[in-house]
Formats: sequence, C-alpha cells, structure tokens
Amino acid sequence: MFVKNALRAATAISLIAAGGASAETITIATVNNGDMIRMQGLTDDFTAKTGHEVEWVTLEENVLRQRVTTDITTKGGQFDIMTIGMYETPIWGANGWLVALDNLSEEYDAADILPAMAGGLSHEGTLYAAPFYGESSMIMYRTDLMEKAGLDMPKAPTWDFIREAAAAMTDRDNEINGICLRGKAGWGEGGAFITAMSNSFGARWFDMDWNAQFDSEAWANTLNFYKGMMDESGPAGYATNGFNENLSLFQQGKCGMWIDATVAASFVTNPEDSTVADQVGFALAPDTGLGKRSNWLWAWALAIPAGSQKQDAATQFIEWATSKEYIELVAAKEGWANVPPGARISLYENPNYQAVPFAQMTLDSILSADPNDSTVEESPYVGVQFAAIPEFAGIATEVSQEFSAAYAGQQTVEEALAKAQALTNDAMEAAGYR
Amino acid sequence: MATQHSRSAARLMMAPAVVLLLGWMLVPLTMTLYFSFKKYLPLRGGDLGWVGFENYTRFLTSSAFWPSVQTTLIIVGGVLAITVILGVLLATLLNQPMWGQGAVRILVIAPFFVMPTVSALVWKNMFMDPNYGLLAHLWKLFGATPIEWLSQASLTSIIMIVSWQWLPFATLILLTAIQSLDSEQLEAAEMDGAPPIKRFGYITLPHLSRAITVVILIQTIFLLSIFAEIFVTTGGAFGTKTLSYLIFQRVLESQNIGLGSAGGVYAIILANIVAIFLMRIVGKNLDA
Amino acid sequence: MARSTTTQRKALNTAFAWGIGLLIFFPILWTILTSFKTEATAIADPPVFVGFEWTLENYTAVLERSNYARFLWNSIIIAGGSTILGIIIAVPAAWSMAFVPSKRTKDILMWMLSTKMLPAVGVLYPIYLLFIKLGILDTRVGLTIVLMLINLPIIVWMLYTYFKEIPGEILEAARMDGASLREEVIYILTPMAIPGIASTLLLNVILAWNEAFWTLNLTAAKAAPLTAFIASYSSPEGLFYAKLSAASTMAIAPILVLGWFSQKQLVSGLTFGAVK
Repeated sequence: MFVKNALRAATAISLIAAGGASAETITIATVNNGDMIRMQGLTDDFTAKTGHEVEWVTLEENVLRQRVTTDITTKGGQFDIMTIGMYETPIWGANGWLVALDNLSEEYDAADILPAMAGGLSHEGTLYAAPFYGESSMIMYRTDLMEKAGLDMPKAPTWDFIREAAAAMTDRDNEINGICLRGKAGWGEGGAFITAMSNSFGARWFDMDWNAQFDSEAWANTLNFYKGMMDESGPAGYATNGFNENLSLFQQGKCGMWIDATVAASFVTNPEDSTVADQVGFALAPDTGLGKRSNWLWAWALAIPAGSQKQDAATQFIEWATSKEYIELVAAKEGWANVPPGARISLYENPNYQAVPFAQMTLDSILSADPNDSTVEESPYVGVQFAAIPEFAGIATEVSQEFSAAYAGQQTVEEALAKAQALTNDAMEAAGYR
Repeated sequence: MATQHSRSAARLMMAPAVVLLLGWMLVPLTMTLYFSFKKYLPLRGGDLGWVGFENYTRFLTSSAFWPSVQTTLIIVGGVLAITVILGVLLATLLNQPMWGQGAVRILVIAPFFVMPTVSALVWKNMFMDPNYGLLAHLWKLFGATPIEWLSQASLTSIIMIVSWQWLPFATLILLTAIQSLDSEQLEAAEMDGAPPIKRFGYITLPHLSRAITVVILIQTIFLLSIFAEIFVTTGGAFGTKTLSYLIFQRVLESQNIGLGSAGGVYAIILANIVAIFLMRIVGKNLDA
Repeated sequence: MARSTTTQRKALNTAFAWGIGLLIFFPILWTILTSFKTEATAIADPPVFVGFEWTLENYTAVLERSNYARFLWNSIIIAGGSTILGIIIAVPAAWSMAFVPSKRTKDILMWMLSTKMLPAVGVLYPIYLLFIKLGILDTRVGLTIVLMLINLPIIVWMLYTYFKEIPGEILEAARMDGASLREEVIYILTPMAIPGIASTLLLNVILAWNEAFWTLNLTAAKAAPLTAFIASYSSPEGLFYAKLSAASTMAIAPILVLGWFSQKQLVSGLTFGAVK
C-alpha cells in the first residue's frame, strides 16, 4: 500500500517536472456537443498527466462563434484554445491569428490525421487546428420501415429514390415522417444542408467571377425538389428543424430517413437514448447522377490563438485531446461506438472500431467529399457546404433565412431565390469582389 | 445666498452621475461614428480606410432595412398594447377583495424574474415546438393541427413571449396606482348608480393615465433593444429581424464593423424619434 | 343579503384571479416539473403532469458538468455590486434633482433615460476594445461597472420620484434647526426614502441579474455569471428538455426566491412616480 502510494507520488512529481517549469491553467472555449462534454469530463486525465489545470467555457454553437470571433479579431486574448471548424480555420490561419501546429511531438503522429481533415484545417500546407472529430453526412434510415414499404436501400441511392421511399414510408396517422431534413435558418444548419444538396443538383454559389448563381436553374431545381419532398413526407415545422430537432425526432422513431452528420450515427444507435437503436441502416448521401453527391465535410478542431500566453500548455492539451490515447481512453470508458470519429486513419484500421456498424460508411462518406472540387461546374471557392471566404457566414445565414421562409410557405421558392441572389451580390459588392 | 450655495452643491452632487453617463454615451458614440465612416472588416485585415457615407447609404438601401424598422415597431407596439390592456384588467382584478391576494400577486409577477434567455428557451422548446410542445398537445387534444408557431406565426410568437415577460411589470405599476385611488370617489359614483363600466372609464382609467405613461416609457426603452428572445427562437428568420438584430448580423455574423456602426447610428436616430414621439404624446403626463 | 353577495363576489374574484395567476405562472411551474423528469418522460406524449417518477438525475448531471457555485457567486457579486454602486452614485444626483430643481432637470432626466436606448450590439466592438485596453475583460469589476452604467438612469429616475414625494417642509424645518446638508441627507432624507431605495435596489438587482448581452460577451471563464451558464445548456445534441429545465431552474431560482420574499417591498415601491 505504502509503496504504491509512494510510487504514485513519485510519478506525479516526475510528470509535473517533465511538463515544464510550472503547472498552468489554460482556458478553453468549446461547443456544447456530446463529444466535447465528454472531453470536459475526462479533463482529470490530462491534469494528472501534465499538471496543467483547465478552465472550460462551454457555449452553445451560435454563442460560441460570436464569442470567439469577437475575441480573435480584437486580439482579446481570453482563450488559450478555441474550438473552431473547417470554415474558420483557413481564414484565421491566413490572417496570422492562429499558432501553426507544425511542431507536434513524434508520438502524436500528425501524419495519422485523415488527409481530408488535415487539408481542410490548413492554410498553404500548414496545419492550424487539430481535428477533434470529423464528419461528413450520410443517410440514416429505418430498416424496419424500409422493409415495410417493400423497398431496398441501395448503398448509393439517387434523390428520386429517396423521394419515392420517403413517400412510401410516411404514415401520418402514426406520426411517421418519411424523411427529416434540416430547414432551420443559419449557415451551419439548413444552409449547410441545402448547399451540400445543391452540389448534387449541379448548382454552385458563385461563378468564377464571384457572381451569385441563385438565378440558375440548378438552384431552382434543388429548392423545388427539397420543398416538394418535405411538404409530402417531412415533419411538421421542418422549416425550424436543425440537427438537434431532427435527432430527437429520429430517436423517437418519427423519421423514416434522416440525412445528416455522420456523428449522429452513434447517437441514433445508442439504446440509452434511441428507441430505434437496432433498426438503423446507413447509406451514402444521394446524388442525381451528375457526379457529385450531397454530402458535406466538416471538422470540429482545436486551435491556439496567436495571442495566448500559454502556448506550450495549450499544445500539450491539443496533443492529449486529439491523440490516439484519448480515443482509447474513451473506448475503455464508453465503448468504441462513442469515440470521436473521423479524425484519424488509425481509428479506421482498428479492428475494434471496424466492428462498429457505421464506421465504414462514415469513412466512405468522408472520403467522397472533396472541398477543392465540390461543384459540378467549376467554382472559385474551397469548401463543400460553405465557401471559405470571410463574408460567407453572414451572407449564407441571410440566404438560408430566405429559404426557410420559403419552406414555411411565407414566400415562394422563386421569391426566396431572387432575394438570395440580390442580397448575395450586394454583399459581395460591399466586400469588393465584384 | 443660501440658494446660490445649495445650487452649486446640487450641481456637485449631480456631477458623478452625469459625468459617468456622459462618458458611457460619448465614448461608444464617438467610436461608433468613427467606425461608421470606415471600411472596417476585421476578417480582411481590419481598417481599410475612410469611405465617407458609403456605409450609411448601403445600410439604408439594403432590402432588409425598412422591414427591420417595421418589425421593430410592430414588436414594440404589440407588446405595449398587450401589456397595457391586460395589465389594466389584471390590476383591476387583483385589486378586488379575494382570498390569497398576496399569493396570486406572487404568481403574477414571477415571469418578471426570469432571464430573457431562459424564457425564450422554455417557450421555444417546451411550448411552441410543433412536435413536443405543450401547445401542440393542446391543439391535438381538440383535434386541430398544431400551429408551427415560430415559422408560421413568428412575430405573434415573439410578441407573446415578450409580453409574458413584461406583463408583470405593467401589472405591478398599475396595481400600485389603482390602490392609491380614492375609494370614496368610487363609492360615491356607485351610489349615484353609475354602472361598473362607466366607473372604470370615468374614474379609474383617467387616474391610471400617469401610470400607463410610465409603463409605456420604461417598456419602450427596454423593448427597442430586445435581442435574446429573437436570437434564441428564430435567429432573425421568418420576418422577425428587428433593427438591433440586423445590426447584430452586420457586426457579428458578417463581420462588417463599418456597416454595423452605420446601422447603430440609425438605431440611435430611431430611438430618439420614438423618444420624442413618446414625449409629445405622453410626456405631458409626467411633470418630472 | 349584502353580505352574501360580497362573499359570492369574493369567491368569484378569487377563482378568477387564481386561474389567471396560475396560467401566467404555468411556464415556470412546467419548467420546474420537467426538471425532475427523465429525458424520456419530458417529451412523453401525452405529457405527464405530476404522476411520474421524480428524479434528481438532471441536477446531478448539471452540477457535475458545470461549476454552478462559481456562476452563482459571479451573478451575486455583479448584480449586487452594480446596484449598490449605482445607488451610491444616484442618491446625491436624485436628491439635488428633487430638491434643487432647475429648468433643465427634466431634460437631464430624459437624456439619462435616452442613453439606455443605444443598441448594445452596435457598440460591442468599441467596448470590447476599450476593455482590452483597460485590462478588465472577464473581470467582475469590468462587468459591475458596465451594468451599473446601464442601470444608472433607471436608478436615478426611481430615486428622484421617491425623493420628490418627501415634503420639502420637513427639510426646511430641519434646516431652521441648523442641520447641515450632510445631516439632512443622513438623518432625514435617507430614513424617509428607505422604502424607495429598497425597491430601487430590488428592481435593479433583477435587471442586472437577467442582463444577457454584456455578461455573455465580456466574460470567459472567471467572471461568467448565470447567463453564461445557461448558454452552455441551450440546444445541445440529443434530448435535452429535462436538463435544460434543471439548468433553467437553477439559474432563475435565486432571483425568484429573492423576488418572492421581497415582493411587498417591490409592489409598494415600484411606482416611478406614477402614483399621485
């Protein structure tokens, strides 16, 4: 007993000594998603290993964005680590606001990060944020309802099949909606979905001269198809449904199909939260035969603002939270289905993880999205469900508000597209593109 | 002599409050004015030089501007109308003899203590959600199709939420005013055979005019800048973008400080127009 | 006969008033009830009112995740501090406006109120930059000052209306007796104004407690009050009604309890000079 304690003390001391001259307290801003909450719960492991303490600022996604953006643009220096996405990272990196992550340790094995993720989190080849988890989007569907409808889900379906299947699965009397999709305003909510969907219909945001393309037929097709299908088979109030709303609808057995983030797979197959956990199948996001599918690519990543005074401790934290060991730690505590997905190659080579039902489909989806070549016709921007330019978030939020108003029937699809066209061109002009 | 002395003493005593508020007004105002004449885009390197009145014309000519002013006025007007009318009725009711008056009063004022963010979250998720919300269950109970509150009746929903928060305030002030009403006057009127409606219209209501003025004034100040209720519920979609929400979008979502600052100047102008309007209409009541 | 009608009317009033009171209070009650349900019961169809198995698991989960005590403490310090500071600054100003009014008193008062109409978000950048310069980002001192400034106009106005109702003759008499200005304020004015000051204090604590723009945007980890606590529970992944309810209950409970205990004060004092 005594020996054990003494040993533990000795290890602790040596660890603290190895961790640097002094233990520090770092402040981390993060989003209140399940995987981050879990990370927050495991902070003790990090403190035990390095001696550094962590202060968490956990905020809802929209509040977080507003908060960290204000801080980084004014160089406020309130955070040592910020949780940001694939959209912000290259822009902020280009502005010199983030610490380059080119000095990560040997054991961390930065080469193991999925190239699609590393690519999206870099600017000119330098990594500026380490992916905590990565995602694409895919179809999650109810195998039992699909069977009942007498249909068979192909591995890579078309939108026409989806629409037909949705109509067949819909059973209004039993509150079953054939399909649940995001319609909520916001560039990261419904905006992301419709943009990714529009790629498969041959639409794009801008032509090579940065002219808005909402007056194109491809966009009209996208929106009309979406609204038509959702009015037929979607849930009530789909114009205000985002990721969360759809997740709980699906978990409560009220959706036949749901096309959304691959990370949702672990939530809908978790019997503790989901009433349909053992009846979920997966397929690639649909296409229309034009060569692009409607899946996106995203990562939530950890980055260090250039103004941080505690960059060493922050780097240690990032290495801990995005390491292979962290994945094993979560696997040991919560099972392999709950580890943060989509960030590391080695995870998908791990036989334990290959046994997870949605692992392969997640990887296939991620690999089929290419931010550098996301549209059928050539486009001047990088990004699948966004365009990685600073103005995009503001514009896309307003555009998606017009779309949502059309979904809710407050205006026609044509009106929404005309307004989107005007406001996008207006904003691009203000920013000096046109 | 004495007056001279007390006048300068009075000035001295007012100084801290006046100086602080002057600073609180002037420093941000000057900076807002400064930014409003600049092309200032933090994500594109910050200060990109002077642009004259470009931000002002751009903000004014944007298709979102006039609708946002209209939305602001509808929300403010709607909430004022609801809270004042219901407030008068509720205050009259609470002034009647009854058992457990104190307890009822506690129930009625409770919403005033709830944070705007919390009340917006609670209403949005637990009441107005078309699938799980209590209102949806209520509608289904009567065989009706649940209303999709936040998309199909977005402005009404927001006015409802905000009114729920401010009704207690209106009721409280009006109740205090009613309680100060001379009951002998009412009794005399009753003796003369004046029906309740007449008594209310000729005696109670005029007596309340001053209190109503106060309610309108204070609430307008707070309502012009409501934000959390919109941010949480619709995020500015479905025609619920108020002027201050539009400024929020320009400043924080589009990261265009210059444009947002110009919007801020417009908002100040609007606030002052409303203030002057209020003063004209109701200010006479306040012999401050 | 007259007696029985009054009893009847009283019963009717009582029923009616309680019905409306409960209706108004219902959203809060529902939130509190939901906070004791499991996530699955929280969205049950048809909804359950009281016949469910009560659980504390949401509170345990929230307490485990967030340092509630710190958020609460920050809220108390910031709301209390800004109110007290505001009153200290406002009392002399309101006194001089009430007892030594000049032609411009009304204008000054209206101007003060108009400073409240500045749209906060329009000046977020300037204020944020200013806070960086002064080194008071994410400090309780910084927030206390901002909230004090935001509420100062209301405080001045409320106090002014109370002071105005104190008859000037009493002060004259005291002056005749040779009381100094300081004595006049401390021994005569303040005691008479205590109810007014108390309700001013209460109202402003409530306003400061619920302020959700500056408290969220000017803080990070150290000074964040309960408004920031709530921002980490709105719309997370998966079912969240029960946990949201628990967090909401925890955020509003302290101020609700304070409000209830002091509602007599609040009711009698909240006049803004509306009673004549």
